[in-house]
Amino acid sequence: MTHHDFTMPISDAQVRALRAGDTVTLDGTLFGIRDATQIAMFDRGRTTRFDLRGHAVIHTAPNVRKVPPAEHNLHPAGYAPVCIGTTTSDRMERFTRPLMAQYGVRLVIGKGGLRQGSLDAFRDLGGAYLAIIGGTAALETTWIEQIEDVDLDDLNPESLWKFRVKGFGPLLVGMDSHGGSLYSAVQKTAADRRAAALASIGVKA
Amino acid sequence: MADAPRLIVDIPAVEEAAKLLYIRALKILPDDVKAGFARLDRGESDATARTILATMIENIAVAERTENLLCQDTGIPIYNVAIGRNVEVDGVALKAAIGRGVARATREHPLRSSVVHPITRKNNHDSSGRFVPVINIDFIDEPGVLRLEMIPKGSGSENGSFLKMLIPADGIDAVKAFVIDRVIEAGGKVCPPTIVGVGVGGTSDLCMHLAKVAATRALGTVCGDPEGAKLEGELSRAVNSLGIGPQGLGGDSTAFAVHVETAATHITMNPVAVNIQCHSARRATATFTALGVEVGF
Repeated sequence: MTHHDFTMPISDAQVRALRAGDTVTLDGTLFGIRDATQIAMFDRGRTTRFDLRGHAVIHTAPNVRKVPPAEHNLHPAGYAPVCIGTTTSDRMERFTRPLMAQYGVRLVIGKGGLRQGSLDAFRDLGGAYLAIIGGTAALETTWIEQIEDVDLDDLNPESLWKFRVKGFGPLLVGMDSHGGSLYSAVQKTAADRRAAALASIGVKA
Repeated sequence: MADAPRLIVDIPAVEEAAKLLYIRALKILPDDVKAGFARLDRGESDATARTILATMIENIAVAERTENLLCQDTGIPIYNVAIGRNVEVDGVALKAAIGRGVARATREHPLRSSVVHPITRKNNHDSSGRFVPVINIDFIDEPGVLRLEMIPKGSGSENGSFLKMLIPADGIDAVKAFVIDRVIEAGGKVCPPTIVGVGVGGTSDLCMHLAKVAATRALGTVCGDPEGAKLEGELSRAVNSLGIGPQGLGGDSTAFAVHVETAATHITMNPVAVNIQCHSARRATATFTALGVEVGF
């Protein structure tokens, strides 16, 4: 179990050094992305002006406060962070590969894990899934320095957000580029224990 | 009932309470849920799971200290209205006042509006829409009391909702297996540790409603039907033997508890429903009496 400090963006070599069970802390740029953002990008042909190559995306749609122009020096996108956390990743499973293949994304951050298709994409294209703890957004918001920019903002709150973060983590490497997945291991454990659990409450499996 | 306490419900006070309860529920977890975390933390044997639980417990403190939301998901706003005896209330005005309170909380805090039209996906940015906020109205025996309970139901766990119209020949064994299998299927997606709400019996819609009532009931409360209470004990032990753990990353703490609610059903039917509540088991309550409004959980 190794800890990695990354200043984003990162290289193929850096992401392939990650192993499931390692921990990671991020500094610099982090992009926020969600269901509607990716439906727009991959099903409806919308594009972004942001360069996502080598970057991390977090599955999120934040709570923000619109600020008046006088505060735009502090909040250049016109939004101050209120509460920023994460959402369940599984709904966005089918977008992992195109995010990596078309936009060069290296790290996906979220909760609950992704499936085999994403694990294959991480192996083929050099990526990893970092688990952040769902429902701990008050804490995670303290790791966000600023909302630097926003694109596709007609989808608000599911816009494409550009955050500047400091000490964002530790995050747990849940899936790596070598076929390792903590989620698959836990699912196997649960499946193996199912019969005993049912037997303990008088049910023949 | 001539001498019993009476209440004439002040509609502007309902609007204020609806607003305040939404924001309060998003920021402060009830004591029973905090105690639930402490209990899981004491019993957890997995090191990663203990770290995750510690972070969740830290987050509860950070949210209170910074007066911030516990979770970014503002949920679907649900209001459970319990009307006592000798209460005079304009029900239509009450529902409208709750709607205005939700919209004001969203704009004035501000909160993320997590509510969209189901077909166009358009967001009105006021956490409202057709039939949302969800308002459930029921009657209670207490005289001169109106209770307003607010539940911001998070979507990650609400997506962990399942209904199966089992048949009598499947028996109670199939009900138990259904619950275990849905907890396995949901894994980390529903943000464990959870409260697994189970509805047994009724019609299809009542069965699902029972599951929601069970999922949002305070920890430590027990099903009023002794048969349901027995099932709660069995299923609570069984789901925590699966090894799913906090966030689906392994451990003993898969659920704070399994809660069961039952209703009579038809001789041909054996329905079961599961509705899951994530670890951010948020709720807030305002109690209206002639003396004023008291806010709690």
